[in-house]
This record gives sequence, C-alpha cells and structure tokens, in this order.
Amino acid sequence: MSTEKLTGIADCDIHPTVRTMAELEPWLSRQWIEHFRTYGALRNTQYVSGAPYHKSQPNASRRDAYPPEGGPQGSSLAFLRTQLLDQHSIGFGILNPLVQAQGVRNLAHSAALCRALNHWQAETWVANEPRLRASIVVPYEDPEASAEEIRHWAGNAAFVQVLLLSRTSFPTGNKRYWPIFGAAVEAGLPVGIHAFGNSGWPVSNVGWPSFYLEEMVGHAQTSQSGLVSLVVEGVFERWPALKVVLIESGFTWAPSLMWRLDHAFRTLRSEVPHLKLLPSEYVRRNVWWTSQPLDEPENKRYLADMFNWLGWDKIMFSSDYPHWDFDDPARVIAFPASDEDRRKFFIGNARHVYGA
Amino acid sequence: MARHVVAPAAEFPPGTRRLIDVDGRAIAVFNIAGEYFAMLNRCPHNGGSLVEGVLTGLLQSPTPGEYEYSRQGEIIRCPWHGWEFDVRTGRSFCSAVRARARQFPVHIEDGQTLVEGPYRAETLPVSVEDSYVVVEA
Amino acid sequence: MQIDCDIHPFVPNTAALFPYMPEHWREMSVVRGIDDLHSASYPDNTPLTARADWRPASGRPATTAETIARECLDPFGSSIAICNPLYGVQTLFSEDLAYAYVRALNDWTRAQFLDPEPRLRASIVVSLDNIEMAVAEIERCAPDQRSVQILLLVGTAHPLGRRQYWPIYEAAVKHSLPVALHAGTDFRNAPTALGWPSYYLEDYFANAQAFQYQLTSFFAEGVFNKFPTLKLVLLESGWTWVPPLVWRITKYWAGLRMEVPWTDRSPAEIVRDQVRFSLQPVDGPTDPDQIRRLIDHLGSDQLLLFSTDYPHAQFEGMEMFPAGFDESLRAIIRRDAPLATYTRLAGAAA
Repeated sequence: MSTEKLTGIADCDIHPTVRTMAELEPWLSRQWIEHFRTYGALRNTQYVSGAPYHKSQPNASRRDAYPPEGGPQGSSLAFLRTQLLDQHSIGFGILNPLVQAQGVRNLAHSAALCRALNHWQAETWVANEPRLRASIVVPYEDPEASAEEIRHWAGNAAFVQVLLLSRTSFPTGNKRYWPIFGAAVEAGLPVGIHAFGNSGWPVSNVGWPSFYLEEMVGHAQTSQSGLVSLVVEGVFERWPALKVVLIESGFTWAPSLMWRLDHAFRTLRSEVPHLKLLPSEYVRRNVWWTSQPLDEPENKRYLADMFNWLGWDKIMFSSDYPHWDFDDPARVIAFPASDEDRRKFFIGNARHVYGA
Repeated sequence: MARHVVAPAAEFPPGTRRLIDVDGRAIAVFNIAGEYFAMLNRCPHNGGSLVEGVLTGLLQSPTPGEYEYSRQGEIIRCPWHGWEFDVRTGRSFCSAVRARARQFPVHIEDGQTLVEGPYRAETLPVSVEDSYVVVEA
Repeated sequence: MQIDCDIHPFVPNTAALFPYMPEHWREMSVVRGIDDLHSASYPDNTPLTARADWRPASGRPATTAETIARECLDPFGSSIAICNPLYGVQTLFSEDLAYAYVRALNDWTRAQFLDPEPRLRASIVVSLDNIEMAVAEIERCAPDQRSVQILLLVGTAHPLGRRQYWPIYEAAVKHSLPVALHAGTDFRNAPTALGWPSYYLEDYFANAQAFQYQLTSFFAEGVFNKFPTLKLVLLESGWTWVPPLVWRITKYWAGLRMEVPWTDRSPAEIVRDQVRFSLQPVDGPTDPDQIRRLIDHLGSDQLLLFSTDYPHAQFEGMEMFPAGFDESLRAIIRRDAPLATYTRLAGAAA
C-alpha cells in the first residue's frame, strides 16, 4: 500500500453558495432583482424554497462546516480555504455552484441568474483564490441562451467546464440540447453533468419514491439514463472531442451499463445507424467520473475491481464539500493501489480533462 | 491511562458539551441530563468530528409505519454521514453489517428491529471528583 | 433437470381472448375496434422481440403450446417453463376494462398453454390501478397449482414498495407465490426519469433503471421486513448492476437509518435471502475471470434462475451461459435455485 503523500491534489466537486441571493444583485438588473423579490425563482418543485425531498442534515451539509463568521456552509471563502483546501492539500478545486439558477422555469430569469452566478464565481471566488476554478452554469432548458452564455465566458481562464444538472426535462442527449455541446466543444471546455436538478418528472421512472434515501440512491440510475441518451442520440459521434464528466453520480455502475448497452445495441443496431462505434467505445473515449459518493462494499477489494474495470484513468477525486456525504481524500482509496494509479486519480486525470 | 480534568462541574451544565485534547487525541465530552459521557471524537466511519453532531433519541420500529422513540438525547449523530452512536456505550446503530470482518457480536434484540453494527465509537470513563469533571484517557 | 423461468407466449390479437371474457366486453371490443393491446415495450418487428429463428413468416411468435414445445422446451431440454405473458392489459386505463382483459388473459394462458402442455406453468397477470381487483384475480387463479407466481411489470405508476401495493404481497405470501417484476412498463410514467427518449434502444435499456429504483423501494419501504417470506423475482432485468446498487443503498442507509427505522437487515442480506434474478439477459463481460469475480460481488451463487427469455433475442444458438460459469454453478441455476424459489414446482422435481 502506498504511503506517498500527495499534495496539490484536484478536488473536482466543491459547492460554494451565497449567504443570501442578495449577493448576486451586483450582477442583476433592477428588473430581475424586483422580480426575484416578488416571485422568487420558479422551479419544477412543490416548495418555494428548498428541495423536494428533505435532506439528511440542514442544507445537505456537514454540521461542522458552518463558517465561524456566520452564513450557510460553503458561503465563506476564508473558511473553505482552511477547512478544505489547506487541510486536504488541494491544489486545484472546481466550483460547482448549486445555487438556484439552472432549471428555473422562467427562461429569461434563468439566464439572468446564471450570468450573475458566473460573475460571482469568477470575481468573488476564483479571483481571490488561485487554487480554485469555476464552472459556467447555463440555463440548459434554453439551449441557445446556454450556448450564448458559454461563448460569453469562452477563453476566460477562470472557467474550466460547462455545468449541467443531471435531471434535464428531456433526456440529456436529446437534439434540443445540442447547441450546448457544440458551444462547449468550440470553447474547448468539458461538460460536467452534476446530479440533481428538477426535471419536472418524478425522480424515478416508476413514480415518486417516499424517502430521501431513495432519491439519493436513485441519482445513479438517473445519471445512467442521461449517459445512455448522450451515447445513443449520437452526441459523442457528432463531437468526438467532447469530454463529459459525470459528477456525484457514482461510477461503479458503469461497467454493467456498458455491457448492457453493447449487448442491446448489437441486437437493435439497425435502429441507430448513426452510431459508428460500440456504445462502450464512446463511453471509454468521451466520459469521465468523479469519485464521490464512493460506494462502500463489504469487501473493499470489490471497489478495486471497479476501478480496474472502469480504468484508473477515468475516475477523479471529488470531495463534494461541504455536503454531508463528503469523502475525505485521505481515506478514500482504502485498498491497495499503486502510486501511479493514485496519482492519476488525485491529479493526473484532472490535468488531462481540465488542464489542471 | 491518566485522569484529565475537563472542567469544574459547575461550569459544565446539562445539555452542553466540550472538546478536549489529551496528548493529541481529541475527546468529546457530553453532559446529558446531569450524567457525563466521553468518547474519542473521531467517527469510526470516516473520521468526522462527533462533538459537532446532533444528539437525538433512538428511533426504532417493529414494523413499517410504527415508530418507537426512546433514549432521547442519548444518541450522537455524526455531523458528516449521520451515523448514530449510543453515547453511553459507543455502539453504533449502523446496520451496514460486514459478514466477514465483524468486530463485535451483531444480534437482533427480541421485540425490536435494532441491529447493532460493528462500528464502535470509543468511549472513555468520566467521573466527577471534588466538583471537577474528570476523564480517563 | 432444467426449469426455464422466463418464456413468453404471445397473444395474436384481442380476438384470441374473446372466448374468455363476458359477452358485453367482447361486443364492446368489437364495436370500439379494440383489436390489439400489443405493448410498445416490445414492438412486433424489432429484432429483440423475436429471435430470427423463432419469428414465423407471418404473425406473432410463440402463439401456441405446440410452437413453444418445438422451439423451446424440446431443443433446450427444459422439464418445466414458466409462461409470462406480456400482452399490454395493464396499460388499460379503465379499471373494469383492464379487469376483463386480465381475467381473459389468465384464462387464455391456462387453456391454450397449460392444459395442452404439461411442462408449462404460468404467472398470474394483474393490473394495478385497482388493487382490490388485483387481489381478487390472485385469489381466483391461485387454487390452480400450475399458477406459480404473480407477474407485475417493472415500470409502474408508483414505486412498488409503497404500502398501497401491499395487499398484493399479502396475497402472494398467503399462497406462497413469488412476486415477479418483468421488464416492460404500463407507461404511467415516461420511460426514463428524464422523460421520453428518442429510441427504442433507450426505452429497452431503461428497464434496468426501473429495476434498480424498484429494488431500492422494496428495501426502503420495509416490504421485506413486513413480509419476511416474500420472494421477489426480477425477470429479464439483467443482474450485473446488482452489486453496485446494493453497495450504494447500504452506504446511504447507514446514515439515513432513522428515515427507515424498520429496516433490520442489510440490502446484501435481503437480496441473498429474498430476491432472485432470471439469467437472461446476462449483460455481462466475455472474460470468464470477470464473470467469476462478478459472482463473488453478488455474494451468493443462489441468485440466478435459468431462463431463455424465449422468444426474445438475448443470445445466439444455445449459448445461454456466459463463459466462466462452471458445471456446478450451471446446475444450481438450472434446477436448484428455481426449485427453491418456486415451491409449487416441488412436485415436478424428478
């Protein structure tokens, strides 16, 4: 077992948040400020604020992550520096803000909020902390507006990816979303697809589950559907250079998915003549995963199997700080692994995907 | 094992808790309704800081839809992944049973649907001596 | 001895069911032009619905007992095969209409398949919009010992672990019948949680997600706690996704136990004790070492039940087993595991 202590590791999933939505006001017009104060942000949810399923801990975050100066977990750069970047030797951290902006039903409002959130990331976080980078959040249910948002920030070194949420209102590879992928490729940026969002459909394809436990487990299945759509619709065929990162979706399901998809594809090939490669070949070429939440099999060597079957070059460390199901980088590879593999996992793959 | 003073009992009232350091080991000490309990602060699951967790009661259920609530305030929930530990004994109520690597006997108590898991938070003896709260660590 | 736990007789058209329904439903069907209820889960001409060598020159495959005997039982050497009819009766919105067709389908299966061919058994099909009717149908069909399980589609309006469905599990346990979830949907929900895909390939693939969500629901809702003798059989589900799902449920359960405090066994234990999977489709690797390792991940060699999924196209020729399944494992899959799962087959064990 390696004892090499790695410093300057990459954390591919960090969630900063605003103290209040007022923090975005410097980048919002008077009209949108008033609109938000009166009408809030209209989402595909049953509550005005908060998530459809109540979380395990308030704000879905670690209880020990409240900043000393106040505010919700993840709202303080200073505290994030201490508790996350310094403590865990992180040299490259990617911000994936889940502040309400994407998936807001009023598309113009969604675009305005996304623009503000992108400014907020660049100017309050990345500008003040060289170890951090940002993700371009886009109003994905308006793909043309999303492409515009991507073009607006293209070339700005603060941003290392385009961010989508996994629960899109149509399967993620659907042609309506293609302007987003085209713009991302043109900008030379990977597309990160992070679990969550509200599609407007039940969170499973068999209706609404009763429990948060089911919602959390179910993110794996929902991301599977999105991935299948990307492959089968031909997004990777159309853009061979596109890199997609599945964030916070789990990854141990990926080998099974590839076996199943290849098998069904071989039988139903005539339906999808636009696909020139096997589905698994697209997945291996175009897709990466972040590690959190890491599964916990009884026998840790089964996890090693999954890393080997999927490939050590395909999985990147993520902490999901400050969420409650946070993974500690010191404990995350708890089975024998070579120095070379651990370096790929903690640094090398992120370098390849994001230019870390 | 040595005895370490935590605080004067008068300054450590019920419903409060403290984090002390003994030779580099972080120890969480709780006053629950006048009784003191101490445990190693590090959650055996992934190292979360137990002192920052919430004290809850124990929710059990003999059958779906029926709830039995007891031991109010005696269960510490790790602030990270929410694993539950009995403050008195350190035993977890994590039922992620490892068939091969069990550290402690796992059994189902009669009339309850509670399975004690193999993870244990290490508890430490606490006493009050001459009006001082003392932990053995 | 070999027991094929998943084959499909095909209904040629609704007229085939008319003899088994009351006069007014027959007349309504004719007057309103209810000609066919063939589910979009298995469109007629797609390569998966019927393997080329089982597809007749015209009409549907597997419409008679004689065809099944000739194409499936004899060549594969199965002593018993369980018929799981997939005609879209569950998709009917009117409760009464659905009930008429459900009863007709179950009677048709008995008369056309079980009566002429002693090697055949059947699952009791029910519709879920009216649970009392579903239970009534189970009670009606259960006395025939050739009914060996209750069949539900995996794609349903609500997760099947929810208490509204429990009268079905009560009836199942009362009659010692396993409950099977089979690939396919009643289309009360879109095929995926992200809506409607563009391709049938995606629709078919999405069954795997449905199975995963459903197994999670059964666990979280405590169905296995409430019904510790219930057996759940997943048919045409694939099974290589099972270990990752079990690990994920277990991980979250550890921290969310208080949301589901009745759960007293780990997901892995529950699967080992109460859940089984038909062999086809394997959806697995070609490398025999990997397959063996997957069986390790599953944690038990008792989980798989032999199936051909006839006449669906899941494998070529006679290649039902992947490389890496040794003879003793094959014997368990062919015989022991099915016999342990379906207690009504005990009499047939030779």
